[in-house]
Amino acid sequence: MHPALSVILFTTASGAGYGMLFWLGVVAVANTLPPDRFFAPVSLALALAAITGGLISSTFHLGHPERAWRAISQWRSSWLSREGLVALATYIPAGLFGIGLVVFHRSDGFWAACGGLAAVGAVSSVVCTAYIYRSLKPIQRWANAWVLPNYLALAAMTGALWLAALGALFGIDRPAFAWLAAALVVPAALLKLAYWRYIDGTASASTAESATGLGAIGQVRLLDPPHTSDNYLLKEMGFRIARRHASRLRRISFIAAFGLPVLLMVTGLYIGGTTLIILSSTAASLSTFGVLIERWLFFAEAKHTVMLYYGGSRA
Amino acid sequence: MTDLPNNSAAKKLGLVIDLDTCVGCHACAVHCKEWNSGGVAAPLTDIAPYDADPDGVWFNRVHSYEAGSGAAGRTVHFPRSCHHCETPACVTVCPTGASYKRAEDGIVLVNEDLCIGCKLCSWACPYGAREYDYDSGVMKKCTMCIDRIYNDAFAVEDRVPACVATCPVGARHFGDLGNPESDVSKLVTARGGYAPMPELDYKPVNRYLPPRARPAQAADAALVPAESDAAGILGWIDRMLSR
Repeated sequence: MHPALSVILFTTASGAGYGMLFWLGVVAVANTLPPDRFFAPVSLALALAAITGGLISSTFHLGHPERAWRAISQWRSSWLSREGLVALATYIPAGLFGIGLVVFHRSDGFWAACGGLAAVGAVSSVVCTAYIYRSLKPIQRWANAWVLPNYLALAAMTGALWLAALGALFGIDRPAFAWLAAALVVPAALLKLAYWRYIDGTASASTAESATGLGAIGQVRLLDPPHTSDNYLLKEMGFRIARRHASRLRRISFIAAFGLPVLLMVTGLYIGGTTLIILSSTAASLSTFGVLIERWLFFAEAKHTVMLYYGGSRA
Repeated sequence: MTDLPNNSAAKKLGLVIDLDTCVGCHACAVHCKEWNSGGVAAPLTDIAPYDADPDGVWFNRVHSYEAGSGAAGRTVHFPRSCHHCETPACVTVCPTGASYKRAEDGIVLVNEDLCIGCKLCSWACPYGAREYDYDSGVMKKCTMCIDRIYNDAFAVEDRVPACVATCPVGARHFGDLGNPESDVSKLVTARGGYAPMPELDYKPVNRYLPPRARPAQAADAALVPAESDAAGILGWIDRMLSR
């Protein structure tokens, strides 16, 4: 599948933003939000900025961005519509949570409940994003059980790493959360490995034979394509990446998203002080960069059944 | 609404395409392009049509395949267009309600005034039936020539999709596949018509009729090599020529 930059930026940025929003909400509900005047409001503002930037970026690949508001109407059947609706609805508790923090300097009682609801909204939004892909049967590398846990784990990880970095920057002495952020890298890395292992080891049920229905005669080969130059289908669904490049990019994204961040976080936590500020913000940035490559690969490595009509043997 | 109509007993208008007779002339695709360039889904934009790398929207594409090998091998021409599925995910994934399946005849259409051009429907279609129009920024697809089949200005025999009207070998048939007594349903039963990629369970309405099995052929005497150990004048000539 063609890796559209707007969608890659959207899922990465909003994933990190929803991850931050989720952890802020959870910490508020647990009544352990640091009393610092600026940490929570600034973190919340950055989370909402990442979410909003991502959502705006997602409209850039539309043919008619001015009609984007129509996309929230079909929530009964469409995961894309549900995502739009849940994303918009999440602004309400997140906004109230922010008002509590900024105006009333409070994050307990009603305001904590708003934080909790914002956390629920954050998880629901990421679930909807994942299900947009998870529900597409023609793309076997998306329509599998590994996609949802991967999206959730990567959002939780990048969000926690950014919060840990901001915490260090504001001098918040909460090593437990920083350790949690470092620990979250491990399940995220394992889930990504499991996803790659799955897509490498599993072939689609559909074949050129089932797509044409000519399997009873024998193996099916494309003799003449219907057209001589690439059409929309080949440009959108026919994106190919060489196996060599894919494995190199997988290594780069794995080291950037998981390997280095966990090392930097642990080192920073042992040394502390200014070193922690530098290392934890480097960890968060590297991790987000790694997830951007991971998301690019998620598209580039996905194959669509329509390519079976154009000479592909497996989707 | 992108919910699907809940009337499985209703009319299911569809195409039946005979892969045994199709000669791969692309006339169906060309007439489709011609009619729909002026029909309800117009324009079917072409980009750089006279250039080295032309691109454009077509509702119907004809692929040619080789199936099998040796004496059993066949060349099969395979027109590919929307199957107007009974459970079309292209419709249910649509976030705006632009895509819909008509309750009265099962035809799947796009309301171009509602389409935001997110392309998700084309990802959801396993058959590549939907093509994005880069120029108008909306998704286009086969309309089953809705502006022909219900067109009172046409003679009754002409109220068929353009691809069916134009097929020079009569390989394309149009009718109600929801009615088991219709001509197309009987044809599908008689010839073992099938839908592609049944494993994805989109329940296409269209059917392909498979190439007929070849009659068992007697060994062709003309192809048996001449005896090389023949005697007499023929044997002498054969030995001379085989040196």
